[in-house]
Amino acid sequence: MTEEIIISGFGGQGMLSMGKILAYAGIMEDKQVSWMPAYGPEQRGGTANVTVIVSDNPISSPILSQYDTAIVLNQPSLEKFEPLVKPGGTILYDGYGIYKRPSRTDVNVYRIDAMEAAAKMSNNKVFNMLVLGGLLKVRPIVTVEDVVLGLHKALPERHHKLIPMNEEAIRKGMDLVVKV
Amino acid sequence: MKKDIVLLKGNEAIAKAAYRYGYDGFFGYPITPQSEILETLSLDKPWETTGMVVLQAESEIASINMVYAAGATGKCAMTSSSSPGVALMQEGISYMAACEIPGLVVSVGRGGPGLGTIQPGQADYYQAVYGGGNGDYHCIVLAPDSVQEMADFMGLAKELMFKWRMPLIILSDGVIGQMMEKVVMPPFQPRRSDDEIREQCPWATNGLGLKGRKYNFMSSLELDAAEMQKRNRAMTDKYNRICETEVRYESYKADDAEYIIIAYGCSARISMNAVDRLRSEGVKAGMLRPITLWPFPTKKIKELASHCKAMLTVELSEGQMVNDVRAAVEGEVPVSFFGRSGGVVPSPHEVYEAFKELVKP
Repeated sequence: MTEEIIISGFGGQGMLSMGKILAYAGIMEDKQVSWMPAYGPEQRGGTANVTVIVSDNPISSPILSQYDTAIVLNQPSLEKFEPLVKPGGTILYDGYGIYKRPSRTDVNVYRIDAMEAAAKMSNNKVFNMLVLGGLLKVRPIVTVEDVVLGLHKALPERHHKLIPMNEEAIRKGMDLVVKV
Repeated sequence: MKKDIVLLKGNEAIAKAAYRYGYDGFFGYPITPQSEILETLSLDKPWETTGMVVLQAESEIASINMVYAAGATGKCAMTSSSSPGVALMQEGISYMAACEIPGLVVSVGRGGPGLGTIQPGQADYYQAVYGGGNGDYHCIVLAPDSVQEMADFMGLAKELMFKWRMPLIILSDGVIGQMMEKVVMPPFQPRRSDDEIREQCPWATNGLGLKGRKYNFMSSLELDAAEMQKRNRAMTDKYNRICETEVRYESYKADDAEYIIIAYGCSARISMNAVDRLRSEGVKAGMLRPITLWPFPTKKIKELASHCKAMLTVELSEGQMVNDVRAAVEGEVPVSFFGRSGGVVPSPHEVYEAFKELVKP
């Protein structure tokens, strides 16, 4: 199994953290992982992306030309990465950030209204965990249990009290995602 | 799962490996894309555990001279920077080489020249391998291609720079510095005690062990030309011995290959993907990854040239290592070059296309 993922959105949406948590969960399952951010002069409000690879085999290039799965959370990200998803691959987008939907028919397209749900919960900090839940529902790369283990490993102890809230958001995200 | 498997950036791995391998001091100044080295050391506070000194110096020039001074006393010291910062250190590196002082410079390359960009680059091959400082000198240059090697080479660097008494450069790039991978961290090794330094570094100017011998003296200045030549010749002998014994490389499907990529660092990771794709199409493709850029695996490349059809070097530059590859093959096979520069990183597909062009039907 090799899953090559691009996660792209606005800086500050928690994309890089989401990728890191996914990579940590991969380690919990004894897989090989790589996490490569676009680390230009990114800033809050600008676009940011990270490439995450989770594989049973050693990983060659951490930089990719094509992806199995693209998680796109704003319009510029969709326009950039939609053509780079492999046929038969997956696009997951947020209903709020995307106003012009993906047009490809040879990939599986899913929508998650995570921004809206986070606003309703008055907690925009769980936005990325809602999206992660949506991803794991449609691409069960790792288990939620291993994500929770990964969170324990990735977060400093003083933040461990926040883990149950994040787990809840992941499970909620799994319910929110719909096939388009 | 074992406890010491962690997910780290290459830069973080360098920092954590430094105090685990018992480095005595870090002196540096922040610059993208390697600031996490100083940041991680500042967060982990090794001075409270191993006693390692961590200091943010006022400049790169100050940093390298602190490493110079610490190294002269037999301490294991390091600095880290990126392209324009490493440029500022070249004088200090040349002085360290002249005085045969061990010291580590971690150079995490970005796009140049000048201030350039903050995105990844490998255009500092000449700077590291041929020296930006003056005079006849070399540094051993190690080029890691993974986060694991970033950690492991901290141990290898310590061993080699004290074995050969010379500065050593770990030449990395923004990709390897910024990416995260799974790493097995080395166990803690204690810093060397005064007794160990006295025994292992009898040359050091530290006031330890004066009994029964003349005081040690270090200077790169020598007013007698014949004497200076003598020192240079002695260093050349040392460099020749290093070329004979310390060459390191990794061969990836290269031994039966007809078409070979030569690449190091992040370019090697990207190129591996192209090699696998061509292999799956039935082409005998392979890659040779120099791990030591100096000493360069000249003999190995020459040997591969005797039974392959063409070579391609892949670099994040306008073409630097390619000249060493051409010198190694001595015209036996054509050596092409594929590069991106200024912070642009090629996709595996671009490398594949360039590699495929070599393959004659």
